[in-house]
Amino acid sequence: MTGKRFWSWLAVTFGGLYFLLPLVGMFDFSMRMQRGAYSFEAYRVVLADPRFQQTFGYSVVLALLTIVLGILIVVPTAYFVRLRFPGLRPIIEFITLLPLVIPPIVIVFGYIRIYNTSSILPLTGSWWGTNILLLFGYVVLSLPYMYRSVDTGLRTIDIASLTEAAQSLGAGWARILTVVILPNVFVSVLSGAFLTFAIVIGEYVFAALLNVNSFGPYMVWMGGNRAYEPSALAVIAFAITWACMGLIQLFTRFSIFSIVRR
Amino acid sequence: MAFLDIQHLEKAFGAMRVVKDFNLGVEKGEFVSFLGPSGCGKTTVLRMVAGFETPTSGAICIEGRNITGLPANRRNIGMVFQAYALFPNLTVEENIGFGLKVAGEGKAATRSRVGEMLELIGLPQLGGRYPFQLSGGQQQRVALARALAPRPQVLLLDEPLSALDAKIRISLREEIRRIQRDLGITTIFVTHDQEEALSMSDRVVVMHQGIADQVGTPFEIYNRPTTRFVAQFVGSLNLLDANVVDAAAGKVLLGDVPVSLNRPLLGRSGERISLAARPEIVTLGRSDGDHVVLAGRIADVHFLGSVIRIRVAVEGGLLSLDTFNQPDRPPPLLGTPVEVSVSHRDLLVLAA
Repeated sequence: MTGKRFWSWLAVTFGGLYFLLPLVGMFDFSMRMQRGAYSFEAYRVVLADPRFQQTFGYSVVLALLTIVLGILIVVPTAYFVRLRFPGLRPIIEFITLLPLVIPPIVIVFGYIRIYNTSSILPLTGSWWGTNILLLFGYVVLSLPYMYRSVDTGLRTIDIASLTEAAQSLGAGWARILTVVILPNVFVSVLSGAFLTFAIVIGEYVFAALLNVNSFGPYMVWMGGNRAYEPSALAVIAFAITWACMGLIQLFTRFSIFSIVRR
Repeated sequence: MAFLDIQHLEKAFGAMRVVKDFNLGVEKGEFVSFLGPSGCGKTTVLRMVAGFETPTSGAICIEGRNITGLPANRRNIGMVFQAYALFPNLTVEENIGFGLKVAGEGKAATRSRVGEMLELIGLPQLGGRYPFQLSGGQQQRVALARALAPRPQVLLLDEPLSALDAKIRISLREEIRRIQRDLGITTIFVTHDQEEALSMSDRVVVMHQGIADQVGTPFEIYNRPTTRFVAQFVGSLNLLDANVVDAAAGKVLLGDVPVSLNRPLLGRSGERISLAARPEIVTLGRSDGDHVVLAGRIADVHFLGSVIRIRVAVEGGLLSLDTFNQPDRPPPLLGTPVEVSVSHRDLLVLAA
């Protein structure tokens, strides 16, 4: 082993330990609920908790709705900006990046000020209104990821020619978007969708301030009131996020459309 | 009124007029090529016919119906693109059937039409493949079938052969022409390749700076060009500077050599003109009869196999001429004094 290699290995090992040790520690701790034996008792308790099932189910539904709404807003926008208004692209890109710059707490306070019960549109006053507000807020939070992935996907296909070809064959805008454009940026949409899912599942600030019982506040509540279960919950949350990342990789690698691009 | 009638078509992008007063009537079943260099406006005219660009003024009519304001998807015009533009997520069959599906054709009718189209382009076994599994030539054939499947009134081809290699270009252009003849579909073909335009078309429109310089059969365009641009752009051409001595009698001066063209000229006496001759009408040596004979020296010899291209320096410039290879007669040596002859009638007179 040469000296150069040694230092490379050392750097990689150090980096790996930095990220893995806390996780290993957390996993180890989550297994020690039963005295004197390793067990998945903490996981069993968490998974059996009806509040876990309720909040997790709620967050999953909300994440899926966020993805659907995000796709409906982002795909046509990114498509028409590329096709008709390429000059607007930097502006749109800047706007979609704003949620990364402005903290969620600022956004949600803005929402509460504008949509409170004494406003013209008192969304926070009803169950439906609050949920819609949360959904719209999550779509905004997911914009940077969704827009970037879709825009990158659109760059890899010749949307102008494909659009004109479809038009000359009689297709209208709805058909062009659903049959020609969307399937060809499907992998990009999926990677945006999985990132959105990961964000929405663990989101705390929006949900807590709008007083919604979603998975994020449940995890925080659990963290403040139990010993072993929060670690188990954190490991579960990590596993979900990793599964999302893994699925992105899987779809990107084995999709027939990604072969087209190569 | 012609089947496809283009009247006073104009297109300006800001202050730049890219198409100027373009007029053309295309008969039903005719194959018309737009030929010209890049930026001459040929593709813009095609895109206006397709509905992808809106004319600044003018009208486009098909069978007497004005379609100028109609969106592209309601024109019933098929189009083949340079970059194929096949839908990557659909199979060959689905690509070809796309227009039929949009038109609301039944499943059985679509299947039979797609099969018919696959037979027409000679790829019946490739229906289940995706575009990325096909070669460039095959993709362009599928694009042609896709454009033809919904039975469009007019077919537009936007440089469909430009992205292909030389051998496939030739075979595909023959195939396109055969299919066009079989179906009798009115076709406009845009190209910058004169060989393609001359070999495929019923008529050629030579375009230059947004204007249709000349419209005619390939034979007319090649042999009787009406403008200097057409003469120079289509085929290769020898240009010799000359001065008109007597316009009525057709006498000009080529350097110091008097030449009689035996026909009245349009220019005035003393005016400078250009005499133009295609390489194949210039012959080496003195010919009998109605010929202009010029003396010169061999300046260049290119042996191309079946054809030998020779350049002769004469008064007024260089003359390029083509002779067929003859095994018993080697090409002339450089610097050899020779005489070349051109028939009076074949010499074109162009404004200088």
